[in-house]
Amino acid sequence: MLSAGPTPRTRLDRWDSVVEGEIDQPRRWTWEEFRSLPVEAVTKDIHCVTKWSKFDTSWTAVSVDTLLAGVETSAEYVVAYCDGGYTTNLPLEDVIGGKTWVAYEYEGEPLEPAHGGPARLLVPHLYLWKSAKWVRGLELLIADRPGFWETLGYHNRGDPWGEERYAGD
Amino acid sequence: MDAEELRLDGNAAAGLLGEVFPFEMTTAIGTCAGCGRAQAVGALVLYRGGMGAVLRCPSCDTALIRVASIRGAHLLDLTGTTCLRIPGEA
Ligand SMILES: [Zn+2]
Repeated sequence: MLSAGPTPRTRLDRWDSVVEGEIDQPRRWTWEEFRSLPVEAVTKDIHCVTKWSKFDTSWTAVSVDTLLAGVETSAEYVVAYCDGGYTTNLPLEDVIGGKTWVAYEYEGEPLEPAHGGPARLLVPHLYLWKSAKWVRGLELLIADRPGFWETLGYHNRGDPWGEERYAGD
Repeated sequence: MDAEELRLDGNAAAGLLGEVFPFEMTTAIGTCAGCGRAQAVGALVLYRGGMGAVLRCPSCDTALIRVASIRGAHLLDLTGTTCLRIPGEA
């Protein structure tokens, strides 16, 4: 995923993860709290819109289903926002149901800042720009709000199997 | 697991910007929407990767210019530039 900017380095004691927006009460986890959430070992292929794929990548991650457990919302969209200002938008359907995670280890090692550490979104069923590096929060939205690349001609959803690369595909 | 991305001097964007603008863009003065600093486009920081090119303010990292080249077209976003001063013929 190409964030096209400097690599943020947020200290873990200043890091938190937030779910907000169309939700009765915003949710927030410190790094310690986040690390105590149930984890999953995830092995998935990842696909970049610039036409490379990497197979069987393995991650330690918290399911977004865990972050959203019990949430009642009328939202249909989510924007992931990140240190460094990057954003990407997703239909809520694409982040629930065991398809999307917040990952903090790659191949058994803490996720390096260059690859999105301390934590990044992992959306393996969509193109890699949706797997936002340095993710800090999810905002639940009634109306869709296209993100960094989606506002610059890239596809709003980015399904690799539908070859949804660019707006209009 | 991520693609390589180059961090370059803004002057390295001269070729790309020359395809978009009919004048020498690297000497144009852009005012940053983030911090208000005015500086030559060539003095910005260019991040060039497979999805597009982004020129950022060296002071506050605001993206002043974003360009994606998609299917023979250039898509340009200048929302991070509040004013662009283009030198004319004297
Ligand atoms: Zn600035």
